[in-house]
Amino acid sequence: MELVWLIPALPLLAFLVLIPFGRKLSDPGAGWFATLMVGGSFAASIVAYSELMSRPADDRVVHQVLFSWIPAGDFSVDIGFLADPVSITMALFITGIGTLIHMYSVGYMKGDPKYSKFFTYLSLFVASMLVLVLADNLLLTFLGWEGVGACSYLLISFWFNEEANATAGKKAFVTNRIGDFGFMVGTFLLWMTIGTINYVDIPERLGGITELTATAIVLLFFLGAIGKSAQLPLFVWLPDAMAGPTPVSALIHAATMVTSGIFLLTRLEPLLFQAPIAGEVIAWVGLATALVAALAAVAQNDIKKVLAYSTISQLGYMFLALGSGAIVAGMYHMITHAFFKALLFLGSGSIIRSMSHEQDMRLYGRLRKYLPITSITFILGWLAIAGIPPFSGFWSKDEVLAAAYSSENLGVLKWGIGILVALLTAFYMTRLVIMTFFGPKENWRDPEKLEEIGVASSFDDSDESADAEAHHLEPSHTPKESPWTMTVPLVVLATFATVAGILNLPFADRFKSLEIWLEPVLTHSHEAPVATTLFILAGVAIVAAVFGVIAAYFVYQKQKIPAERIEKPALVHALYINDTYAEVVAGPGTAAFQGIADFDAAAVDGAVNGVAKVTSDAGKGLKPLQSGLVRTYALTLSAGAVLLLGFVVMRMSF
Amino acid sequence: MVELTQTWYLVLAALIFAIGATGLVIRRNPLVMFMCVELMLNAVNLTFVSFGNMLDDVGGQVFVFFVLVVAAAEVAVGLALVVAITRRRQGATADDLSLMRG
Amino acid sequence: MRVEMFVFLVAGAICVAGALGVVLFRNPVHNALSLVATLFGVAVLFVAQGAYFLAAIQVIVYAGAIVVLFLFVIMLLGVDKADDVRFEPIPGIRIAAVVVGISLLGMSLIALLSSSDVVTGTQSALAPLDPAIPDVNRIGEALFTDYIYAFEITAVLLTIAVVGAVMLSRQSTETPLDLDEFPDGTMADKLAIRLEEAAVADSGDADGPDADGPDADGPDADGSDADGSDADGSDAEAVTDAGGDS
Repeated sequence: MELVWLIPALPLLAFLVLIPFGRKLSDPGAGWFATLMVGGSFAASIVAYSELMSRPADDRVVHQVLFSWIPAGDFSVDIGFLADPVSITMALFITGIGTLIHMYSVGYMKGDPKYSKFFTYLSLFVASMLVLVLADNLLLTFLGWEGVGACSYLLISFWFNEEANATAGKKAFVTNRIGDFGFMVGTFLLWMTIGTINYVDIPERLGGITELTATAIVLLFFLGAIGKSAQLPLFVWLPDAMAGPTPVSALIHAATMVTSGIFLLTRLEPLLFQAPIAGEVIAWVGLATALVAALAAVAQNDIKKVLAYSTISQLGYMFLALGSGAIVAGMYHMITHAFFKALLFLGSGSIIRSMSHEQDMRLYGRLRKYLPITSITFILGWLAIAGIPPFSGFWSKDEVLAAAYSSENLGVLKWGIGILVALLTAFYMTRLVIMTFFGPKENWRDPEKLEEIGVASSFDDSDESADAEAHHLEPSHTPKESPWTMTVPLVVLATFATVAGILNLPFADRFKSLEIWLEPVLTHSHEAPVATTLFILAGVAIVAAVFGVIAAYFVYQKQKIPAERIEKPALVHALYINDTYAEVVAGPGTAAFQGIADFDAAAVDGAVNGVAKVTSDAGKGLKPLQSGLVRTYALTLSAGAVLLLGFVVMRMSF
Repeated sequence: MVELTQTWYLVLAALIFAIGATGLVIRRNPLVMFMCVELMLNAVNLTFVSFGNMLDDVGGQVFVFFVLVVAAAEVAVGLALVVAITRRRQGATADDLSLMRG
Repeated sequence: MRVEMFVFLVAGAICVAGALGVVLFRNPVHNALSLVATLFGVAVLFVAQGAYFLAAIQVIVYAGAIVVLFLFVIMLLGVDKADDVRFEPIPGIRIAAVVVGISLLGMSLIALLSSSDVVTGTQSALAPLDPAIPDVNRIGEALFTDYIYAFEITAVLLTIAVVGAVMLSRQSTETPLDLDEFPDGTMADKLAIRLEEAAVADSGDADGPDADGPDADGPDADGSDADGSDADGSDAEAVTDAGGDS
């Protein structure tokens, strides 16, 4: 168990080795090396997991302090790792999915000129993410938090030759800064209030904290989570983040990094229960995000954008669970979502690759006969996210909705909106699947349509086109199934997306293995509604999901209703939130920042330059002293000796 | 007759030291400046030995030994510098070596 | 006691005379020989204080090696000409030097003589000078026990000094970056030119100047005359000003 540090150390080692030797290892050596290291990290996580499992339930915490990082008086921060059920669960699925996605990338990135650099960044990302989850204090978590942010930036703008990709990276980075501000101020406030930022000590010292302070702290950390987990109002970066390579979208912007906000609030769970109002805020923000993102997803034509909005929507579900006090439900949905969303992203990557990097779904259609493995796995992922039993998404989503239903304030309303979101989810995912794999015809065979959409998309979404390579989709193009390195992860993930529901089945307490596993580290448990209520809720959810699927079937397969009636421009633009930001920032925002910039130039720079000028003038004044003449130096030295002697004589005589 | 005490030695050393310091500043020839430094070092050596005698400690003499070594090193490097400079320009004095001026 | 006093006075006189010779003689060879006199005087004083080993190495290393090295360099470089002491490029430094030197001596004397003969400090307990044991043994013992690290480090220092000396005095095979460090000529050259100008300016007067032709190679004491030293102050100032501007 002393080897917990090995979990983040192995990917870090991969990073450090790949920096100098990446080019030598090249394609595919660098990729396999990184995969191996992350795989090793996964093995270490399994060892840590089994070690924890062999212990009694209330002793499943390993706190390992490696060394003191910042000893500064009362304030001391260690580099220490905390392996408990929460962090090990996170580490398990991060490394597990990470390994699969590394392997997938070996095939996906084949032939890319920056092949080894991709894996360098990806390894650093996994290492940072593991530091984030395994850290024993908020500052170290923040280190990982910023590390994943930096890697996210690097990987979104990985193909930075294209302006749009670089812009998307910057947008993600800047948007996240707003959240990071909340994280930092929250950490300061927590330290000021209870004098510790160590997760082990936080629950013990919460006694004297007032509800107001707790609310402020939680909301500040929630601001951080909003940024990282792309919630309303800071979600605008995630759809643009799809400019990165698809494995990056799968690993960072669907499965792991974006869930760190949920993880953070789970870690601060004792605090969360001191602040019921903050809980309400979290729940409603999550719910609103889920709804807005689901609506936006309905009208997107870029396959990765659909999945991006879907991710935002599902993250909203997780925050709904956290806000309703159902930590376990949030974690549960996070895990199942990680599986099926990673699967869907990797599947979309496989599709995009086979379609000459064309991402517009209007040019897809009837792909199932060309991509048998991709389509089967993708359909499994679709069933999981749409909430069709017995696939994993159904169980976790159902638990979230049940938690919302049983929450104190307006529970039924929350549940109702949740059901609406579930319906929309089923609808847009079915739309995606039909437009891609089924549909009446193979749309890219139609040269006119190809021309029209190709032009339109390059005109419309010029700043959002996802892949750097210009698409050369020809009417005569025949899609080919991806190599085994890409399909094997798909199959593995599809398996998990199908069966991950067994982690926490609601039928009896003994089936709730995730809850039993996580319970000891959580200070509060959530009471689920009684069984009958639960079954009714589940029944409604199934009906909603099926209705969504059928509706989409009629619109997109049978084409009985024109799609234009559903895909309103407002939805295409995600309720114009992004555009509003752009307006505000461009108009009054620019003016305000210009004012700040002027102030900076006049006052701040003036002060700085003034100091520099004074120093420089003083230097010029003193310059003659440095005559370069040895003899004057010797003279000065002797004079100094005389003065010293004079001092000694003075001391002697008094 | 006045009695010879250790203070006499110290006064002599102070005299030699002051002469050396003055010479160091006055002379322009780098070689002579080095000789003045040697004078000062010798004055210090004398005080070391005197104090060592007064306090009955061998440390004073050991320090003289080290001073000798450092002086040897200093002269080796210093004379090499003088050689290097004079080779470039005949008749250069310490006043010409002011490239490091501010 | 008389003998000791006699030895001290004679050796001390030699020391002081030698020191003054180092400072005052204008020919570097004479300076070096004066230095030898001082070194011998100090060696005698070492003997008088019972530091026989140090006296021996003082003669062998200092007088035998270091001064010979000095003389060698003087001869090698051919600088065994008397220095030109008529002009001082740094105005007022001689007076300042004498003032500082005298105050240094004065302060030391006040400190030494105003206190009683008792020196501050405690008598050695750990490493006493035992008359029964030869000082060579005592120094050797101290060097290789208490001062072993310092001793080893001096060994490193000597190695570095040797390497540095070799590097510095090696004839460079490459063309130097800056072909001429003194593009405007050395200070001595400038002084010679100033002297020339001063002599020309003075030639208008009744005194017949006795200046050499333009001699940029170096200072030449022979070319001096009484009027030249009158121009001392203004010339020196002009030279330092020019140096400051570049």
